[in-house]
Amino acid sequence: MSNPSSVNLFDSRADLSMAESPLAFSMSRRNVPAAGADSRVVLRERPFLGHLILRGGAIVLDEAVREELGINLPGRPQGLTLDASGERSIQWLSPDEWLLIVPGGEEFDLEGRLRQRLGDASFAIVNVSGGQTLLELEGEAARELLMKSVVYDVHPDHFPAGKGVTTVFAKTSTILRRPSDTRWELVVRRSFADYCLRWLLDAGEEYAIGVET
Amino acid sequence: MFLIYCPYCQELREEPEFHAKGQAHIARPQDPEACSDEEWGDYLFFRDNPRGIHHELWVHAIGCRKFFNITRDTVSYEILETYPMGEQPRITADRVAVDGTGREPGRTTSETSAQQKGVRA
Repeated sequence: MSNPSSVNLFDSRADLSMAESPLAFSMSRRNVPAAGADSRVVLRERPFLGHLILRGGAIVLDEAVREELGINLPGRPQGLTLDASGERSIQWLSPDEWLLIVPGGEEFDLEGRLRQRLGDASFAIVNVSGGQTLLELEGEAARELLMKSVVYDVHPDHFPAGKGVTTVFAKTSTILRRPSDTRWELVVRRSFADYCLRWLLDAGEEYAIGVET
Repeated sequence: MFLIYCPYCQELREEPEFHAKGQAHIARPQDPEACSDEEWGDYLFFRDNPRGIHHELWVHAIGCRKFFNITRDTVSYEILETYPMGEQPRITADRVAVDGTGREPGRTTSETSAQQKGVRA
């Protein structure tokens, strides 16, 4: 791939068959509860997604992202936009920083194409796919579980679908997002993934939390 | 717990997301080589410790990770305003000394409270 900038790119996860989720060990333990009929919260890990951090000016990045993915870069703070399939999303992280999540395997090509589109504009793209993982919470008690875990106000009036924030979760931090009315997503750091999972299982016990694989 | 208005996230956020980073508006000397030891020492080590209005640098550490400024009352701990980097405070010790409220002359109370977005505690 021709690359107008002098940045060297390499596919850090060319072979996904060798990849291991940060939760592989925890999930393989016997005491992880399975989701059942009485589960009021269901937890799912979505491992091996492509996570890219985009930094730079909103206008140039918006143009490049719209041309590549057909979705707008959220310009407002705490914005989260998804494409029609719901598979690809962009979230506002700070005034010059966005998190782009795409299905696993797409991130390397996409990074190259974005770099080509952006040319010599002032920007940075970092592939952080290996550094974080995504947990999904679904179910009627998902919000109650979050109320016990994050300091941020998750009331529907304050946290409608299409919003995402970085906030304090348990004793660590997380990117908390709400792609739809029924679903919440937590983007957690790799090294804290095990802790976050255990916290969620512990806090979710009273709602008969179950893990779906 | 305080709710602090982050000027970049544009909403009130919980205090545990923030860290204080000391006094704000400390300008690095234009020509450090030309500084006397005393001037350089003042710049590097000496900080104000006022009773009353103080301008501080804070960072939204678990959030947008941007630095911004807070005008705070060190007696009541009240946060009077928050404003982004590169801006000057609207509320200063001088202004408070004049009329005792920090309000600019000719401003109504509602205007002032709308301005002081970081206040809710």
